[in-house]
Amino acid sequence: MQAPSALRMLSPRQVLAAKIVVFAISLLPLAWWIWGFNRDLLGANPVETITHGTGDWCLRFLLITLAVTPMRKLTGMHWLLRLRRMLGLFAFFYGSLHLTTYLWLDQFFDWNAILKDIVKRPFITLGFAAYILMAPLALTSFDAAIRWLGARNWQRLHRAVYAVAILGVLHFWWLVKRDLTEPIIYAVLLGGLFAARWHYRKT
Amino acid sequence: MLIRRRPDILPSEITPQEVYRQRRDLMRAGLAGAALLAVPQAFSAKLATVPGPYKLDESATRLKDVTSYNNYYEFGTGKYDPEENAKALKVRPWSVSVEGLCAKPRTFGIEELLKLAPLEERTYRMRCVEGWSMVIPWIGFPVSALLKQVQPLGNAKYVEFVTLADPKVMPGLRLPVLDWPYAEGLRMDEANHPLSILAVGLYGEELLPQNGAPIRLVVPWKYGFKSAKSIVKIRLVEQMPKTAWNVAAPQEYGFYSNVNPNVDHPRWSQATERRIGELTKRKTLMFNGYANEVASLYTGMDLKKFY
Ligand code: HEM
Repeated sequence: MQAPSALRMLSPRQVLAAKIVVFAISLLPLAWWIWGFNRDLLGANPVETITHGTGDWCLRFLLITLAVTPMRKLTGMHWLLRLRRMLGLFAFFYGSLHLTTYLWLDQFFDWNAILKDIVKRPFITLGFAAYILMAPLALTSFDAAIRWLGARNWQRLHRAVYAVAILGVLHFWWLVKRDLTEPIIYAVLLGGLFAARWHYRKT
Repeated sequence: MLIRRRPDILPSEITPQEVYRQRRDLMRAGLAGAALLAVPQAFSAKLATVPGPYKLDESATRLKDVTSYNNYYEFGTGKYDPEENAKALKVRPWSVSVEGLCAKPRTFGIEELLKLAPLEERTYRMRCVEGWSMVIPWIGFPVSALLKQVQPLGNAKYVEFVTLADPKVMPGLRLPVLDWPYAEGLRMDEANHPLSILAVGLYGEELLPQNGAPIRLVVPWKYGFKSAKSIVKIRLVEQMPKTAWNVAAPQEYGFYSNVNPNVDHPRWSQATERRIGELTKRKTLMFNGYANEVASLYTGMDLKKFY
């Protein structure tokens, strides 16, 4: 399944171009919500649409980030690694929008209600846990942090991304009223990514 | 009271019944050309009404929101699924069998039901258990008008409403999300309360399938799921009937399910709601704002226990 060599070996300029393209594509969901909100295209309940959309994209970017290593090993496209940090930061970005939507448009910064909600709704607790675990990863996503922590510690810390993804799937699982189809899909994908990691663990 | 119709749907845009049916059949036959995409959100027929006894001074939710944002799990669990999937539902011919503990059980054709009593405009609040609400200008007649026809017996204490479960047109039935067919129930006095109606239309027209066509229950002081859609059978019974959400999650959804800001759902607060079309939230009212009319039905009952 190796990719053709033209795709395996990219020049620095090509990698930069790939980064720019991926960056622009990653902003499309946000662009759609802004555009759609102004044009009344987000359905009857736009706040719900955005809450769900930001949650979905947070989880999707986490899975995409986790897919980088297996994809790289599978295809030999080692430059994919150069996109990983940005993809992870987009997970955090959409997670932050998700949290902001909740605090602002769902609860209107009513801290009493928010605290009650965290206690009452275990799925919110899990979401918070996932987010809080994600924050240190995002905050150490620059080269100076790697130097400061040392590559080994940095890598250990960033393994927490697996826990974040598990918490994210559980969060989704628990919030669904009756139909578990979507959380099951995410759980299966995550399971596949774990299997791939295990498969490639020695290479 | 005038039915508020939004300017975005002009009477001239409303497709006459016959044309609409033909178009729908055409589309089903797979012959739909691009031109048909221009068909406006079509209604099957206008309904003549008389003013109803309940006025509501709140502006109605936009028609397009009422017909696109629906919980109707037989047509999918996504809010926007029923609008698409329910197009396959044929609402003619249709009949409702009224049976059980009554002197004159019988089956009513839909045409007969449409003429059973004067159709009234009833603009009601609708509060979903999930925390959102709408204001909907329903058209219908009191449930009591139908029950009177069959002469309930003295031991009939409850009314059960059984809805359509047709796997040929309802993709949602493939998943055991709820115990199909979806059934709901009311106490006899609740069913006979003048606020309880069988709705056959909204916004001046016959109901669309996603809203529970051709005939559905509307009980405005209870959470929306109590108002069963596309009813095929009504049974008068002595014991409290099983109801779909109560069977699915008894700790979360009680038989009564009256709108009550003071009794939280075990997994979320019911104190506030988002009115569709508004960005901020508003306080949820006791009995959804119908306390004056219905509170007396529950005197002496602990509403935390009988949620
Ligand atoms: C920061 C704390 C978080 C809070 C307060 C929060 C809150 C919420 C809320 C209120 C919903 C909508 C629930 C409903 O409509 O019933 C939701 C949905 C969701 N959240 Fe979160 N969340 C948080 C963190 C996260 C994180 C970190 C992720 C990703 C890993 C995530 C992924 C999702 C997903 C996938 C959905 C479902 C979207 C859908 O239904 O399509 N959430 N969250």
